[in-house]
Formats: sequence, structure tokens, C-alpha cells
Amino acid sequence: MSDAPLTLRSRAESLAAPLPPLLAEAENLASTVMVGDHGRRRAGLGDTFWQYRPAQNHDEMRAIDWRRSARSDAQFVQDKEWQVAQSVLLWVDQSASMSFTSLKDGTTKADRARTLALATAILLLRGGERVGLTGNRLPPRRGETHVSQMATLLSEDHSDDFGTPVADGMLPHSRALFVSDFMGDLAGIETALQKAAKRDVRGALVQILDPTEEAFPFDGRTIFESMSGTLCHETLKARDLKARYLERLAERKDRLSQLARTTGWQFHTHHTDASATSALLWTYTALERRT
Amino acid sequence: MLSVGPIAFTTPWLLLGLLILPILWLLLRAVPPAPIRRRFPGVALLLGLTDDSTQTDRTPWWLLLLRLLAVAAIITAFAGPVLNPKDETPGNGPLLVLIDGTWADARDWPRRVKRIDAALADAARDGRTAALLTLTDLPPESPVFQDAQAVRQRIAALTPKPFLPDADAITAWADRLTGTFDTFWMSDGLARDSRNTLLGALESRGTVTAFESPRPVLGLRAAQVVDGDVAVTVLRAAAGVGTQTSVAAIGLDPAGTERRLATAPATFEAANTETTATFDLPPELRNRVTRFEIQGVRSAGAVTLTDDALKRREVALLAGASEREALELLSPVHYLEQALIPTADLIDGTLADVLLANPDVIILADVATLTAIESDTMIEWVENGGLLVRFAGPRLAASDISRIDEDPLMPVRLRIGGRSIGGAMSWGEPKELAPFPDTSPFFGLPIPNDVAVTAQVMAQPDPTLASRVIAQLADGTPLVTRKSAGEGSIVLFHVTANAEWSTLPISGLFVQMLERLAVSTRPAAPTADDLTGTSWMPEDVLNAFGELERADTLPGVAGEDLAAAQPSAAMLPGLYAGEDRRIAVNAIGREDVLTATSWPARIAVEGLDVARETLLKGWLLAAALVLLSIDIIASLALSGRLRGPRASAVAAVLVALLLAPMDARAQEDGFAISSTADVVLAYVITGDTRVDEMSDAGLYGLSNTLFQRTSIEPSFPVGIDLEADELAFFPFIYWPVTADQQLPTREAYAKLNRYLRSGGMILFDTRDADLARFGSSSPAGRKLQAIARGLDIPVLEPIPQDHVLTRTFYLLQDFPGRHPGRDVWVEAAPAGAELSDGMPFRDLNDGVTPVVIGGNDWAAAWATDQLGNPLVPIGRGQAGNRQREIALRFGVNLIMHVLTGNYKSDQVHVPALLDRLGQ
Repeated sequence: MSDAPLTLRSRAESLAAPLPPLLAEAENLASTVMVGDHGRRRAGLGDTFWQYRPAQNHDEMRAIDWRRSARSDAQFVQDKEWQVAQSVLLWVDQSASMSFTSLKDGTTKADRARTLALATAILLLRGGERVGLTGNRLPPRRGETHVSQMATLLSEDHSDDFGTPVADGMLPHSRALFVSDFMGDLAGIETALQKAAKRDVRGALVQILDPTEEAFPFDGRTIFESMSGTLCHETLKARDLKARYLERLAERKDRLSQLARTTGWQFHTHHTDASATSALLWTYTALERRT
Repeated sequence: MLSVGPIAFTTPWLLLGLLILPILWLLLRAVPPAPIRRRFPGVALLLGLTDDSTQTDRTPWWLLLLRLLAVAAIITAFAGPVLNPKDETPGNGPLLVLIDGTWADARDWPRRVKRIDAALADAARDGRTAALLTLTDLPPESPVFQDAQAVRQRIAALTPKPFLPDADAITAWADRLTGTFDTFWMSDGLARDSRNTLLGALESRGTVTAFESPRPVLGLRAAQVVDGDVAVTVLRAAAGVGTQTSVAAIGLDPAGTERRLATAPATFEAANTETTATFDLPPELRNRVTRFEIQGVRSAGAVTLTDDALKRREVALLAGASEREALELLSPVHYLEQALIPTADLIDGTLADVLLANPDVIILADVATLTAIESDTMIEWVENGGLLVRFAGPRLAASDISRIDEDPLMPVRLRIGGRSIGGAMSWGEPKELAPFPDTSPFFGLPIPNDVAVTAQVMAQPDPTLASRVIAQLADGTPLVTRKSAGEGSIVLFHVTANAEWSTLPISGLFVQMLERLAVSTRPAAPTADDLTGTSWMPEDVLNAFGELERADTLPGVAGEDLAAAQPSAAMLPGLYAGEDRRIAVNAIGREDVLTATSWPARIAVEGLDVARETLLKGWLLAAALVLLSIDIIASLALSGRLRGPRASAVAAVLVALLLAPMDARAQEDGFAISSTADVVLAYVITGDTRVDEMSDAGLYGLSNTLFQRTSIEPSFPVGIDLEADELAFFPFIYWPVTADQQLPTREAYAKLNRYLRSGGMILFDTRDADLARFGSSSPAGRKLQAIARGLDIPVLEPIPQDHVLTRTFYLLQDFPGRHPGRDVWVEAAPAGAELSDGMPFRDLNDGVTPVVIGGNDWAAAWATDQLGNPLVPIGRGQAGNRQREIALRFGVNLIMHVLTGNYKSDQVHVPALLDRLGQ
């Protein structure tokens, strides 16, 4: 009883420990993209002035802008710019396979995926959109405070080997961003994308890969294990497998991009040794693109 | 023992292990290299892929072969392969193991003991009885054969003796032999007449096998002086190939520890059995040599002790000052020099110089008075074992020395005047010498007829006089008197050292008398006649291994034995001391020659085989190890572990390790080049970061100022570590003194003193002129005193108004830094510097002051940042700027002074300077 607050506190602190760097990194990354004007360029519900128009019959009296009307004989109504916030839902693969790295600076795929997702979220929030996580983990909301909550959730690690996108809780006509290495079963991804397509959710798939996964620089007798050790494959001559592995990888990328095309999504492969900014730019434009 | 060609195996059944090799082949072939486990998310894509070929699951054939070879090498190695094995046939009946047991055995005694042990072990195994004898220690009766195992117990007690066996004793013993037995003769390798007779006697009793080391015996004859060099003859028993050995001269160093004083090579030509090692030693060193040794040979024959024959005494000759240009033959010391030059080393000089050299003998020829200091030193020297020999002469006769009281440096009291006999104005005939009494050191010297004394100084009759006379004239008046003082003695010849008063100095007797007095050394070894009837005590004796042992418990030997110089059980080789000299007896005499044994063909001689047994085990095991190391690398390469991040890291570490030393050297060179390419101002790193940064910034600011205003264009300042860095590169060192900095080590002090002497300048800055005046009133000041204690700093004075520092570039009267303190100290001007008329400055033209000491914290005043902005506020407002400017001017003057010396003191510039000064 007495130590419960203490353990809670220490757990909370250890949980929060990676957050400031993640947030800082994401903020840093987001600051590299200039946010432009994201108004809808048409009259509608909103806060900012769009145009004056002559009052119609259906306009309520209190909608009349008397200051403008006083300058002439007709009554005018102030139209606001239509500001419908778009909902964007993120899904970041938190499975064990994402914690792989072969880089000297120790950047894992998960690191990159989180940074990328959070940076995208920050950009979108600045742009006035609502951002949330899929699977009803975090409903789309606005505001900067939302970011830290999202970071907390993104920092969790899951123990299963490969992640499957969760398409629950997606609002119709919203946008979505799936970040993963997509090494797991393709059926799950397919299902998720179809589910999204049914609700007219468009979005982007970002595949994060380690350079080793692209190069397959192995040789000799090797037992390959998945990150949690549940899957393993033994080969006597790893080099011979290289061609076929790369073939399968290319096949998978093809399949993913084909899936994306049919469901109206965008697909992009990003490597952890490349600059995160390029991936962020791509993601941002992909989500901004009007269909 | 199984033999295949020249190779035999000690445990051949182990070779059966080779049979498992084919099985091993099959096993190893089936076991592929161990896999590497790799975490790899892409494994999902690999699932279901199969390997193309199944060939690679087998170990490659060459790797297999490598491993099999390694295993085969190990098996063969443990089977004990021996190259050129020896076959021995066991005998029966009693076995006599006979050892020469001389010094020639000592050089490889442990090996011989091992061989004897093996022989006795064989005998024990064959159930033979055995006896163990050494020829140098023969029992009176015929050998008694005992159980070989029991005889083995006695091996440990065997020691070789440092002398050769006695031929008569051997012959007598050979005659007493009874029974039949085989003989195993452990020969020392030296031919002797007694050997053949004994061999005959032994062969009549049974078969004889001999063992002899193939290495030739080496020996040293006694050292001799040839043409001023010490020559040591090195002997070897057998000629053959040309070899080179070296001979070491060993003795006590001045600190009293024994060490190798010199070495000389001795090269044997192929055909020679004799060569000479020559030592060119200074007398001082030669007198210290106690023995010569062949290096690397442990044997009494390889050591030769030196005795007094090798020593040359150091003799100082001093004559009374002579005002006249005398003829050479009238010189008081001419005959002494002639007598002593062949056998002693003469020292010239004043008495004070001579006493410093601590000679063995000082000869004063007609020197009457000594100063009090000289005589005190002389007395001390005599009491420490010096021999003072004085000769009379006109001066001594005329002086009052030892007239009433006996002078401590005279053996007797003298009467006034002396006497003159047989001259034109005197009565009597010149006196001849009386025979020497047997208490005299001159006893036994023949007295030539032509020695006559015409004048002498007379001794006062005293109770002690009779005991002090060691030579007298025919009428009983003393000619030579002696008294001992402490460990030394004082001898007075009552005549002159030249032929003025007597003919003694030009007779042969004079030389012999000097020899007897141990003034000079005897040129040759004493003859048997000299030694007859004397008795000598051993001081140190040699054992067979050539080591010196104290001989306190040994009895003395008779002079006749010593003259024979044939070492035996009764007279071990060593150093024997007599009354006034020491004689060395060496294992090898002056005329001895070493000859190798020549055994008759019928005798089997062991140990002379050229092809020696070689154990191959070590080589095979090493080969297996190499093969296995190759296997490791090959296996790593095969399993892909030689690539990858970790492997490259290891490679990088290896490369770095290899390159590191080169880097260090390159760094050192870089330091030297960067410090000398330009003028570089340096500061001492105190360990206090703030002070060091301030020093750096200060010198940076000063360097900039110099660059802007003068033709001195310094490079960036550097901090130097007094312990590690070379100081000679820097003309100027700024040394801020902090209270808690480390004192330099002894080496650093040596470096600093060298730096100061060779023209460097150090500016000591206690940085506390705001708090304390110069002196020990502040912690930094006390530290400065502690630092300066070890430095070679000249006399200092507060900087005078006309010091060259006031005008090397700017005209200055104050030397402020951050503090405007007045106390700046420099090397004091020479006392005699005079102010000449009409000149504002004293005429001081020499030297740059090696130190400038003050406490004005100059570095702070000079300090600027990279942009030239001052770092430390000085004073207030405009006055502060002025003070900073003056501080910088002082810095400029200081560096100018360092680099140009006293150029500005030259009179050339005085008119212009006067003009500027408005005078």
C-alpha cells in the first residue's frame, strides 16, 4: 500500500523517459516543413472571414453584418471560410520486429517510425487537423497537449513478432497513416486496407526498412531468428539465399503498392539510414493530397 | 623403442592413435561448421526457402586435412619421436663410475651429474653393483661395490675440485685395484699422463666406457702486464673452428660493489689453442681488478686471480721549490723518477691536488715545511694507509722541523745541521752501509761496495730510535728510519734523493729498497728462494665453479708450496697473503697448456657424437598449434564471421595498435617543428585551469601586440609541461606561480637549469602584487621560493632605473601588469659597473637576465580574446587603459630583451636616446 505511489511514480518516470527525446526529435523534424495555408478556400463554417455576400431569405437576421450593411442599402452577411478539420488516424507498428537495427547510431526501425509518425502528427495539428490513433486508442483531437499523450502511447513496445494494422475506430472519410516494416502476414494488411476503403478512408503506407534488410549481407551457415525468437530459419549457405530473399522482398513491395493503388492509398518505402526529413515530406504531401 | 630411419619413438604404441584418423575424417566431414545465430526480422521472407545444394554442409576437404594433420602431429609428438637415437647395450658385473672431478668438470657439472645418475639408474635396473669415485678425492683402498641404488644417493654430495688429480696418488691407487668390474669414466676432457696408466689398469679389470663433453675446455692463464696493457692468455683444449669468447675484468667499483670493470674479446683462430685478450686499462681501474673471467664459463680454470704483480702503485713525487735553473741530474727527484717510471704510475702536481688523487705513496724530496692544512690532510691520508717517504736535503737540514718535538710526519727527531763526512773540509772517509738487520724490510738485500754516504741528517737519540731504524751506516748512524702511523707509515731517508749526499740513488740497491718499501711493485713473480721459509695465509680461495669463498678456516701454506704454484687439496687456488704482499695461485699455471684427451680407438667415448639426440616432440606440438591456429581463421572465414561490424572493429583496433607508436613519434616531431618554425611564447601549465587559460590569453594578446608593433611575429602561444616537453625550443617562458602547484621533479629541474644556462628566460609572476610585496609574505611567494630553491638563479636585484629592460623598445620606468607593483627583480649587475660621465646609463653590456621575478599579474593585463578585446578590467577608465598599454609595452620590451639581448645597451644609440630624454 505504502509503496504503490512510489512504484507508480517510478514506472511513470521510466515510461516518460523516452518521451522528451522523442517529442523533441519529432518537433525538430516537423519544424523542417513549412506549414502553408490550409483553409478550404470556400465559404462555410469557420472562424476566419471569407467574404461578404448579400443576405438571402434563409439567412437569419442575426447573421446580418450590420456594419457592412450600413454602408449601403442592401443587407450583407459575412461568410466565414470553411474550416472543416480533417481527422487523421495513425497506426505505428510497435511489434518486436521494429526494434531491429544494424546501424552504428542504433536507430531502430521503431525509432524512425515513431519519430516520423509523431512529426507528421505535429505538422497536421499545426495545420489544424485532428489527429488520433487507430483502434480507439486515442480518438482524433486537436491541440498541442494531445501530442504528448500520443507520444506516450507510441512509446509502448509490443512483444509480438510482426504487427498487423488496426483499422478500427476510423471515422468515415478521414485520412490514415500506417507505418510499419510490413514484414508480417500480408492478409492482415489487406483486411485493414479494405476496411479502410469501405469507409472511404484514404491514406499512406510507409514501409520502414533497415538497410540490412535490403542488402542481406549474410554468409555461411546461419540460423535466422525473428526478434522475439519465435520464428527461425536455418541455412547452410546464407549467400545463396540472397537473390531469392531480395526477390521476395521486391514482390512484397509490389504487392503492397498494388494494394495501396486499388484502395486509393499511397505507398512509400523508407530506409532508416536515409534522412527522416524526406520521409516526412513525402508523408505530409501524401496526406494532404486531395483525391 | 621403435625406430624408423633416423627417428625412433620412445612410446611407439601411442602411434596406434593414428588409426583413428580415418574415423576422425568421417566424423569431421559430417559435422559442418557451427552456425551463427542472427536476429533478423526479414526471416519471415526466408521461411520456406531451401538451400540449393547440400554440398556445403560438409567441412571442405582442405580444412579436414588441416585438422587431421594437426591431430596426427599431436599423436606423433606424444609418441616421443627422437632424431638420432642412441642404442645402449646393458652390461653386467660391478660398475665403477669414475669421475675426474676437476675444475674442467665444473662448467657442465649438472649435466654430468644427470648422466652419472642415468648410468647408475641403468646399473640399478640391471641389478649391478656400483661404486662412485672422483680422482681428485681418491679413497686409500680399492673401490667397494654397493647396491647401485644406494650409490645414487651419494651423487648429490659430489663436487668437483678446483685442482687436478695427483698423478702419484692415481698410480698408487691403480696398483691396489682388485676384482673385475666395468668402468664408466666421466672424463673432464684434459689430457694427463696419469690417465694412460690408469686406463691400462682399468682395462685389465673390465671394459671401459668414457664420457666426454664435446665442448672444448677453456682456461685462463694469469694476467700479465705487456707494454702497459694487461694481457690475459686464453687457452682451449682442442683446436678446430675459430671461435670468439670474451674475457671480463672484475673488481670493486668506487662504491665498493663488485662489478665488471671491462671486457675484452678473445678470438681463437681455427688452428690455434691459445689467444690473448688485451685490456687497455687506466691505472686507477687496473688496480681495482681482482680477477679475470671468461664470460659464460663456470669453472675455476676460467678465472684467474690477480695479485700485487698486476697492481701499479700510484706515486706522487714532490720536491721542494727550487729557484735555480738546475741541471736535470741535480733535480732532487730525477733518480726517483728513473727508478719508479717502469713500475709505478707517477702523479705530478701540488700537494693539494695530489692528495685528492689519493695515491698509494707520496714522496717528499727535501720538503721541509707544510702548511697546517696540508699537514693535517697528509696525516689523515697516512693514517688511512698511505705511505709517506721523505728524503733529507739542505732545506730539511736547515729547517727546525722535528727538532724539539717529533713532527707527526717525521719518524724521528733531527739534530741541528747534520753531518758531512769524507769531504775536503772534514775528517773521515765516506761511510758505507751496514748489513741490514733481520727486522728490516731490506733484510737480505746484497749491499754493493760502491755505495757511500758523504752527508746525512742525524737523528736525535731517543728511546724509540733503535726500533725505528731500518737501515744504518757502518758506524751505526741511521740511514733510513720508519715509524707507523695509523694504517700507514712514514719513512725518512737521511740522505738526499739525488747523488749530492750519497751514491745510494745511483746504485741498484736504491731500486730494490724502493721495491721493498712497496713504493714500487716487483716486476716479476717472487722466486722460490724469496719464499723459502715463509708462511702464507689464504684470504680467498676459488671453488671448482670459479666462485670466490672466504678462507678463514683454512690453514696457512708454506712458501715453498706457493712457489711451486701447483694447486692441490692442501693449497686451493686463491689469494694468499704474506707479510707485505699477496700472491695468487691459479688453477692454471703460467706455463700450463690445455690438451684434449685422445682416447684409444677401442674405448667407446660417449658424448662426442656429432649427431646428437634431438627430441622432436616440441617441434611437432608447435606445428600442431600452428595448424590449429590456421584452422581457427579458416573456420571463421568459412562461417562468415570474418566479416561484419565486429570483425572490422577488431581489425581497426589491431591497425590502431600497430600505428600507435608511429603516431606518438610523429606527434613529438610535430611539437618540435611547430615550436621552432616561428617564435613561440610559452607558459608553464600550473594545473589550475583558470590560471592556465589566463596565461594563454595573456601570451596571445602579447603575441598579437608584438606582431602589430614590432618585427617579432610570434605564432600562437603554447602551454608546456615541465616534465614532458622540451624547453629548448622556447626563448621565453611565462611561469605564473600558484600556491598549490607541484614542485618540478629532479629531471625537470635539470632541464630548467639547462634552459636557464643556455640563454632562456623565465618570467616568474606571483600575481599577488595587490596583496603582498615581494618576498615570502604570500602563499605564492613562498611557493616561488620553494620552486627557485632548485634553480640555478644568479644574484638578483630590484630592476635598476638604467636596466636595459627600460629601453629595449619603449622607454619605460614602470612595469605594471594588472597590478602596478614596483617590485620587479632581475639579475644583479656586476658590482664594478661604473657610471661614466655624461652617460645616463651604466656601461653594462653582458648577458640577458635569465629570470625576471615579479607579482604584477602581467598575463591578465595582456590577455585578450580572439578579437583583441581585453579580458580583464584594469584600473579605472582611461588610467586603466594607460596601465594596460604600459603593461603591453613592458611585454614588448621583455621579448625584445630576450631576443636581442643587450643590443640597446650599446653606446651607438645613446645620442638618440639622450635626445628623446631631453637631456
